[in-house]
Amino acid sequence: MVSQATSAIVATLRRVGVATGEGIGRLGYAARFFAAVIMQTPAAFRRVHLTLREIYFAGVLSLVIILVSGLFVGMVLALQGYDVLTRYGADESLGILVALSLVRELGPVVAGLLFASRAGSAITAEIGLMKATEQLSAMEMMAVDPLARVVAPRFWGGVVSMPLLAALFSTLGIFGAYIVGVKLIGIDAGAFWGNMQAAVDFRQDIVNGIIKSFVFGAAVSLIAVFEGYDAKPTAEGVSSATTRTVVESSLAILALDFVLTVFMFHGVR
Amino acid sequence: MPIAAAEAARAAAAPAADAAVELDRVTFAYDTRTILDGISMTIPRGKVVAIMGGSGCGKTTILRLIGGQIAPRSGRVLVAGQSVPDLDRDGLYAMRRKFGMLFQFGALFTDMSVYENVAFAMREHTDLPEELIHDLVLMKLHAVGLRGAAQLMPSELSGGMARRVALARAIALDPMLVMYDEPFAGLDPISLGVVGQLIRKLNDALGITSVVVTHDVYESLKIVDYLYFVSEGRIVAEGTAAEVRASADEFVRQFVDGQPDGPVPFHYPARGYREELLVHG
Repeated sequence: MVSQATSAIVATLRRVGVATGEGIGRLGYAARFFAAVIMQTPAAFRRVHLTLREIYFAGVLSLVIILVSGLFVGMVLALQGYDVLTRYGADESLGILVALSLVRELGPVVAGLLFASRAGSAITAEIGLMKATEQLSAMEMMAVDPLARVVAPRFWGGVVSMPLLAALFSTLGIFGAYIVGVKLIGIDAGAFWGNMQAAVDFRQDIVNGIIKSFVFGAAVSLIAVFEGYDAKPTAEGVSSATTRTVVESSLAILALDFVLTVFMFHGVR
Repeated sequence: MPIAAAEAARAAAAPAADAAVELDRVTFAYDTRTILDGISMTIPRGKVVAIMGGSGCGKTTILRLIGGQIAPRSGRVLVAGQSVPDLDRDGLYAMRRKFGMLFQFGALFTDMSVYENVAFAMREHTDLPEELIHDLVLMKLHAVGLRGAAQLMPSELSGGMARRVALARAIALDPMLVMYDEPFAGLDPISLGVVGQLIRKLNDALGITSVVVTHDVYESLKIVDYLYFVSEGRIVAEGTAAEVRASADEFVRQFVDGQPDGPVPFHYPARGYREELLVHG
């Protein structure tokens, strides 16, 4: 009995150890991959049309989902915000509530999550399929580094697109809140815009929001290109890599958001 | 021809200086699984050489070793006298510019047209003006009979056409060595003949060296100068096309005649049939 229990414990410990070792190894591999992508950045930027093409695919083609989502999130925020604020007679502060929520948090975070689902998954699937169909090997054998030709432009395309998408998300959100708050509910337009203008600080709120969306863009893009490049070259491998991109990106955005918020807003009253 | 005699004949006929590719007692393994077990072969300049064997025998691994995508565990891999495993990244990429490779299903870049696929290496590695690239691409496509398909996308091509476009792409920069990974797999008889003849004609017309990894024995015998048979990571037979046709070697006969059983057994290794059936009795 004792020896059975001991061997079960040893087996469990071994499994945990192997899983931990593999996890750390994969993290190290991802870090080396990231460093290699950064090293290839000058080569990617020398042919800027490649990066512009990826900005089109990751950014422009994500516009519809980002703009429509932003509009609805702003409208819902205005309805919910008005319901609470009006209890305290502070309904004219609706503009502040909506703008700060969107610019500081919801803009970068929700746009980041949508970006991971729409663009991140597409990047992983594309690179994974290129690997499965030996297109990356073909490139290597033609003395063209896939990191410079395929990976780096997609990474930077995502990094550049994400802050712009988050800014547009927040803008449409504020517009949605204006439609609901001012046009439908009837809050004074001067109060809505005036209070917002007075309360939103460019450095503290807008710049920090942009920094957040930039960090989220880098995290999602890195995860997407890494998972695609590291995918098993089979249909199942590409599909599970795509799923991992969405799951890991979403968790990374939420965890990074907490860390960044602690550093950015801990002293804000 | 017996291997020892063939090696002696080869050593006399093809001195190392004329070798485009030379493998010397190369071994390769994934972890504990041995893929190549002391393989030596010489591929002379200007010749079409086939490496034949069943699926999973290590044929493609030989191409990956020559291309420097993997390194041998021991032994030497020389291309034009240069040791491939000893090259640094820049040296390896410089060497690959002299290579062309045709992958099993073409591996065309699916987001580019046929024209763009063939122009890819020219644009990446040269500063040629666009007018010249245009003419060169059309010449390469004309050589494989697909000048009219220049503006099609890879998804619009048949399997045989895709293979021919990949061939045009492989010879885009006039390489010294072209490697073919299963160029005949999954092709109809007409495409099979077209691709086979293109390999031979382009090799002779452009003065290149060709290494063809395949299991299509009939098509290969029509076009190649020399064949190596690989089984379980070793060279089990070799010779010219005429020697292979006349060979009495058991492995060669099984391979050429497509016999289900022989040196390559029909049955996967297992316990005794009787013993296994009676295990419940």
